[in-house]
Amino acid sequence: MNIVVCVKYVPDAQAERTFNASDNTTDRENVDGLLSELDEYAVEEALKIVEAGEGEVTVLTVGPDAAADAVKKALQMGAHKAVHVNDAAIHGSDAIATSLVLAEAIKKIGAETAVDLVVTGMASTDGTMGVVPAMLAERLGLPAVTFASELTVEGSTATIRRDGDASTQTITATLPALVSVTDQINEPRYPSFKGIMAAKKKPVEQWSLADLGVDAAQVGLDAAWTKVESFTARPPRSQGEIVADEGDGGAKLAAFLTERKFV
Amino acid sequence: MAEVLVLVDHVEGKVRKTTSELLTIARRLGEPSAVFIGPGFDAAKDTLARFGAEKVYRVESPEVLEHLVVPQAELLAQLVSSASPAAVLVPSSPEGKEIAARLAVKTESGLITDAVDVQAAGDGSGGVATTQSVFAGSYTVSATVTKGTPIVAVKPNSATPEEVAGAAADEVLDFTPSEAAKGAKITESKPKQATGRPELTEAAIVVSGGRGTGGDFSTVEDFADSLGAAVGASRAAVDAGWYPHTSQVGQTGKQVSPQLYVACGISGAIQHRAGMQTSKTIVAVNKDNEAPIFELVDFGVVGDLFTVLPQATEAITAAKD
Ligand SMILES: Cc1cc2nc3c(=O)[nH]c(=O)nc-3n(C[C@H](O)[C@H](O)[C@H](O)COP(=O)(O)OP(=O)(O)OC[C@H]3O[C@@H](n4cnc5c(N)ncnc54)[C@H](O)[C@@H]3O)c2cc1C
Ligand SMILES: Nc1ncnc2c1ncn2[C@@H]1O[C@H](COP(=O)(O)O)[C@@H](O)[C@H]1O
Repeated sequence: MNIVVCVKYVPDAQAERTFNASDNTTDRENVDGLLSELDEYAVEEALKIVEAGEGEVTVLTVGPDAAADAVKKALQMGAHKAVHVNDAAIHGSDAIATSLVLAEAIKKIGAETAVDLVVTGMASTDGTMGVVPAMLAERLGLPAVTFASELTVEGSTATIRRDGDASTQTITATLPALVSVTDQINEPRYPSFKGIMAAKKKPVEQWSLADLGVDAAQVGLDAAWTKVESFTARPPRSQGEIVADEGDGGAKLAAFLTERKFV
Repeated sequence: MAEVLVLVDHVEGKVRKTTSELLTIARRLGEPSAVFIGPGFDAAKDTLARFGAEKVYRVESPEVLEHLVVPQAELLAQLVSSASPAAVLVPSSPEGKEIAARLAVKTESGLITDAVDVQAAGDGSGGVATTQSVFAGSYTVSATVTKGTPIVAVKPNSATPEEVAGAAADEVLDFTPSEAAKGAKITESKPKQATGRPELTEAAIVVSGGRGTGGDFSTVEDFADSLGAAVGASRAAVDAGWYPHTSQVGQTGKQVSPQLYVACGISGAIQHRAGMQTSKTIVAVNKDNEAPIFELVDFGVVGDLFTVLPQATEAITAAKD
C-alpha cells in the first residue's frame, strides 16, 4: 500500500493570526506555524493502515521554508519519507492553485510507485475552506470519500463511515482513491523519542515548480481566481454585563433575555 | 438579466431555510434559477416560487444522489455552460463546499466559501462582492472573484429571506452522470432520530452544553426548550459520548451564527469560538469567573448551571403563560 498524506503548515491558532498588509495574504512569516492539527489525524490513519498490513507513507506539503517543520513532525510520528514543494512563485496561491501543485506532485510520486491512497485532513485550520481534497480528487480523477469518521481498507476497497445530520452513511470507493478524515477518526500519536531520532535520517525531497513541470504563471497571488480586497480586524466585543449568582442568577438571566426580546 | 443558479438544499422536497436565503441573495445579482436534484419537487415548488425562483432546473434520477457530490458538480457544470449564469450559489455545508470545489475546477472559476454576505459588485462589472469571517471570527475579509463564473458557498443565516413571487417554471433536465462520477457510492444509510428541535445551523437561538454539564444535558435541554432553541455541545461533551457529534459546535463541528448563543459549562477554547463567535448576542453560564468565554459575552452569569438554568427556565416558562 503506497499512501500519500497531504499536510499543511499553518499559523498557530493560539497565536495572533493576521494578514500581510502589502498583498492581503495570510501572514505565514511573523506568526509561529505548525503542522495543521487536523492533518495529524490523516497522518495517524495512514500509519495505522500500513502498520496493519504493509506499505509506505509519504507526506507531501506545499509551503514555504518553514513548512519543513510540519514535514518533520509527520516524519517523527512515523511517516517514511517526505516531499516538500517549495517555490517562491507559490506565495499567495489560492486553493485552486494549491490543488494543482499537489496534484502534479502526487503524479510525480506515483510515477515511481503507483499511489493507492491519498489521505488529507478535513480542512486546514487557517483557511478552513475544506475544499482542497475535492479539488485534488477532481484533478487526479480519483473517487473521493470525504469526512471519514472511520476508515477500513480491504483489498482494493476503501469503506468509510460518515456522520451526517439526517443519517449515518457507509460509503465505498475502489482504490486508488482519496480519503479525507475528521478529528473523530482516531487519536493521533505523539512522536516517541525513537521516532524523533529516526526522523532525522528520513529522506525529504525538495521540489520546485520546474521539477513538476508547472508553469509559474499558473500559481501565486497573480494567478488567483479570487482577490481579497480588504481585511478588517473585528472590533473586540465590548464586554457585557457579568453577574455573580447570589441565588437570583437565573432570574437575572431570564430578565436579560426578556429585555432583549428572546422570550 | 442573467440567471443566478441556486442549488436547492432539501430532504425529499422539504426545502431548508438556507435555500430561501440563497434565493434572496440571488435576486441581488440577477434572476434566480433554482437547481433541484432528487425526488420531491411537488412539495418544494411552492417554497421556491414564494422566494422568487423564476426557473427550476430539475433532475429526478436517484442515481445522482447515490454517488455523493460528483454527479451534482457535473450537472452544475453542464448548466453553467448552457445558461451562462452570473453566479452559482450553494450552501456552505461540507457537501455544498465539495460541490463548489469541483465545479470551480471544472469551469475554471473562482470560488469563495463561508461567505456571510454577498452583494453585486459596486463597479457594475456584474461580479460579486463577498464578505467572509476568518481566523475564528477575528477578521472580516472582503473578496471578489476575478475569473470565470463566481461560485459562492454561503453560510446559513447570511440573509433574511424575502418573499417575492417567482414563476418557478420547471424544466426537467436530461442528465446522466459520467462513469467516473460513480466512483464512490453510498452503500448504507441509517436515518437518525429527529429531536423535534430546530436544526442547529438554522436556529435563531442555540443553547450549548459542555464539560460543565458532567454528562447530564437535561437541564440544558429544558432551558433550550423554554426558548425554542436548538441544542449544541462542545467537543469535550461530544468526546465524552454525552451528545452526538452532529451537535458539536466549533472548528470541527458546526459553525453557527444565531441571534442568541448561550454557552453553559463551556470554557470557550479557540476551537469552540471558531464555531460561534459571529453569533449576534452571546450569553454564558459558568462557575469559573475567569473562563475565557466571558470575554465574548453580552451577558454572563458566574454560577452553577444546575441552579442558574432551572431558575431561568422557570421564569421564562412563567412569563410565557
Ligand atoms: C483539532 C481540534 C479541533 C477541535 N474542535 C473543537 C470544536 O469543533 N468544538 C469544540 O467545542 N471544541 C473543539 N476542540 C476542543 C477545544 O480545544 C476544547 O478542548 C473544548 O472546547 C473544551 O470543551 P468545554 O469547554 O466543554 O470543556 P472545558 O474546557 O473543560 O470547560 C468546562 C467549563 O465548564 C465549567 N463548569 C464546570 N462545572 C460547571 C457547572 N456545574 N456549572 C457551570 N459551569 C461549570 C468550568 O468552569 C469550565 O469553564 C478542538 C480541539 C482540537 C485540538
Ligand atoms: N499547502 C498544502 N500542502 C499540503 N496539503 C494541503 C495544503 N493545503 C491543503 N492541504 C490538504 O487539504 C486539506 C484541506 O485543506 P483546505 O481545503 O485548505 O481547508 C488539508 O487538511 C490538507 O490535507
